[in-house]
Amino acid sequence: MNKTIIIAYISSMVALLVSIWLGVSIGSVDVPFSTLWDDTNESLYNILWTIRMPRVLLAGLVGASLAIAGAAFQGLLKNPLADPYTLGVSSGASVGAVATIFFSISIPFISTFTLPILGMIGALLTMVIVLTFARLIDRSMKMETLILTGVIFSSFLGSCISLMIALTGDQLREIMGWLLGSVSMRGWPYVKMIVPFVVIGSILLWLYRRELNAMMYGDERAMSLGVNVKRSKYAILIGGSMLTGAAVAVSGTIGFVGLVVPHMTRMLWGADHRHLLLLSFLNGASLLIICDLVSRTIIAPIEIPIGVITAFIGAPVFSYIFYKQRRK
Amino acid sequence: MLQVKNICGGYGTTPILKDISFQVEKGTFLGILGPNGCGKSTLLKIISGVLKPSLGKILIDDKELATYSNRELAKTMTVLPQLHGAAFSSTVRETVSIGRYPHQKGFFSQWSEEDEYAVNQAMVQTGVKRYENAYLENLSGGERQRVFIAQALAQSSQLILLDEPTNHLDIAHQQQILDMIRKEVTDNGLTVVSVLHDINLAALYCDELLLMEKGQVRAFGKPHEVLLENQIADVYGAQISLQAHPEQPKPQITILPEIHEPLKDGKITLNHIQIQEEYVELRSQFPLRVLSSAVHNAGLGWYENFINRTVKPEYNIENVQEEYTQYLYKAGFSPTNTVGMMTAVEARKAIIKQYETPFGEVYVIVTAGIGGAIDVSKTYEREFPIRIGTINIWVIMNAKLSDEAFVQAMITATEAKTKALQHERVMDYQTNTIATGTPTDSLLIAATQTGDYMQYGGPITPVGKIVGRGVFEATTEAIRNYQKGE
Repeated sequence: MNKTIIIAYISSMVALLVSIWLGVSIGSVDVPFSTLWDDTNESLYNILWTIRMPRVLLAGLVGASLAIAGAAFQGLLKNPLADPYTLGVSSGASVGAVATIFFSISIPFISTFTLPILGMIGALLTMVIVLTFARLIDRSMKMETLILTGVIFSSFLGSCISLMIALTGDQLREIMGWLLGSVSMRGWPYVKMIVPFVVIGSILLWLYRRELNAMMYGDERAMSLGVNVKRSKYAILIGGSMLTGAAVAVSGTIGFVGLVVPHMTRMLWGADHRHLLLLSFLNGASLLIICDLVSRTIIAPIEIPIGVITAFIGAPVFSYIFYKQRRK
Repeated sequence: MLQVKNICGGYGTTPILKDISFQVEKGTFLGILGPNGCGKSTLLKIISGVLKPSLGKILIDDKELATYSNRELAKTMTVLPQLHGAAFSSTVRETVSIGRYPHQKGFFSQWSEEDEYAVNQAMVQTGVKRYENAYLENLSGGERQRVFIAQALAQSSQLILLDEPTNHLDIAHQQQILDMIRKEVTDNGLTVVSVLHDINLAALYCDELLLMEKGQVRAFGKPHEVLLENQIADVYGAQISLQAHPEQPKPQITILPEIHEPLKDGKITLNHIQIQEEYVELRSQFPLRVLSSAVHNAGLGWYENFINRTVKPEYNIENVQEEYTQYLYKAGFSPTNTVGMMTAVEARKAIIKQYETPFGEVYVIVTAGIGGAIDVSKTYEREFPIRIGTINIWVIMNAKLSDEAFVQAMITATEAKTKALQHERVMDYQTNTIATGTPTDSLLIAATQTGDYMQYGGPITPVGKIVGRGVFEATTEAIRNYQKGE
């Protein structure tokens, strides 16, 4: 491993720790970091451990999931404009979630978790349908087929959401708020719910880091290098969809993270997926923690939807890096 | 190394390949040729395992293709399709390192010393080591292609399949890439199978060629066995002509354009031939096909101007090529379009004779200096230096001559010249025998290549008859002219 990569990991780790520190400390009440282990001030201790910490961790996990899924999808589809939402999985999750609000569904026993669980089921169903359909069209699942299939399903599911929005009266604000994304007031159960998906999905993607590298040169060359292209594609699509579906189900559709973070990471540290995936994971977490912090503090006590902040921060940063890169 | 047995197959239900069989030995370079759409790429895809054949089998190292695992196959055979770049910017070293994929075991394996060595070796062999940290997108097409070949070499397999590795490259890069591949074949025993577009490059670099036509093997063998004029013309449906490579014993083809500058008005008359102060000239305004032993632009070629220049006896022969080129410039001739001879005889003593024949007019122009006349059968016993004197003969024909007619006309003309010397009793002053010529005689046969086609030029053919007579008569007169002046 060379020096640059070590620096890359160290700086990303430091950025993440600093983000967590800022995320738990700053807010309507300033909480010193020492409260983490020091429970002498009980109210501060409670704020930190029951409100701030789960919120920061949830933001971090959602950001990490979207970023690593985006990096893997961009690599797999060989398209820098791909993001975790390209395959339509997020629209599936959204339909599940919006339907929950629209029909005021509440499944017994899981009550408050009806929305994220239906969201995940929506994501899962969409993934299965998209993959099956793409495979029906063309057995080798060319990249263009996948992208087009994703576009078709996204727009169809998008119309379903629009229809529900058009027909709704009272729940409009709730639906819009969910669609714009938020990690507030979720608490530990949501963190626990997303963790297994993040762990399994990320490990699955990371196992295919070398295959992603080989597939940069096209399916045929990858095959000749000994890559089981079909299996790798499935694994990466399933891993990425799992992460995306889980993230959308718990926090709504938060844009830009999955597109910008892998891009920035690649520009800074190179396109080698052996490192790109993990670095995107770390940087995605940091970015979303900071965005969430901004969203709840900038015009406090009003909270701006986090998706607005990611776009506000993401777009200019992205443009600047893009500009610098092209001018070289 | 590679055996292809009765392969049939293609995409979907329509078969593209029909019963293809051939084999490639270790350490050979096989080129696959054929017109667009003949199934070259399909064949490559079937050999590489991307497509399954509907019938037949492929053996690599005597083991059936289907029985190899992905990685095992990747260690035995490398396939390099036409690549243009990676989806995301990578450095040269990163790109080459991808070639080690099949050698990395398990999900957690680390980069080994062997991997490092193979990558460095591949970069050195292909000459990309010096820009190993450059980004692929900043390289030229040729440099990028080298990087991809380095990636293929880093895979360390014994068999490499290439798909048009020189596509879209300029000739310098084509040469470098193919030299590089050839070197791996010759020095390291690599086996290469490559689809090639350029027949001439294939003939130059490949040990064996496979010529495909409509999904079948039309010919398989050494370049000279496969590249037959009629066969290539037939398979490609193009007008071509076959020639030898100037330096290598390999056949090369040339396209014969169907639309070309009309040669119709190409008719030589007496007006084209002029005697000037310092030289005899022929300016034709259109190119003639010429075979000559002249001083300037000897050999076979196409030229518009011929000159036979008078020089002083003390002319310094040392840098004759340069001096002659300068002279042609000054005299208003294009040096690349002019055949030049030299003589010590004054231009005004040249003999120009015109003959009417059934196939067209023939002109014979001769200057004869016989001061240095010798008997060719006795030259082995004589010493140099010898006296000055040269017989320069031009035969210009309004006809279309085959290559053998040109050579036969040269023989016939030489015989006629010798006969003229004998007739005039020109003696070798040292041996006191009848001379056969001078040590510096030059001969030029030129034809307009329009009109009647003359396949032969031997003594009893129409061409030979007139060459024999004309050269004899003109040379005899020229000798008399020369003797008169002495």
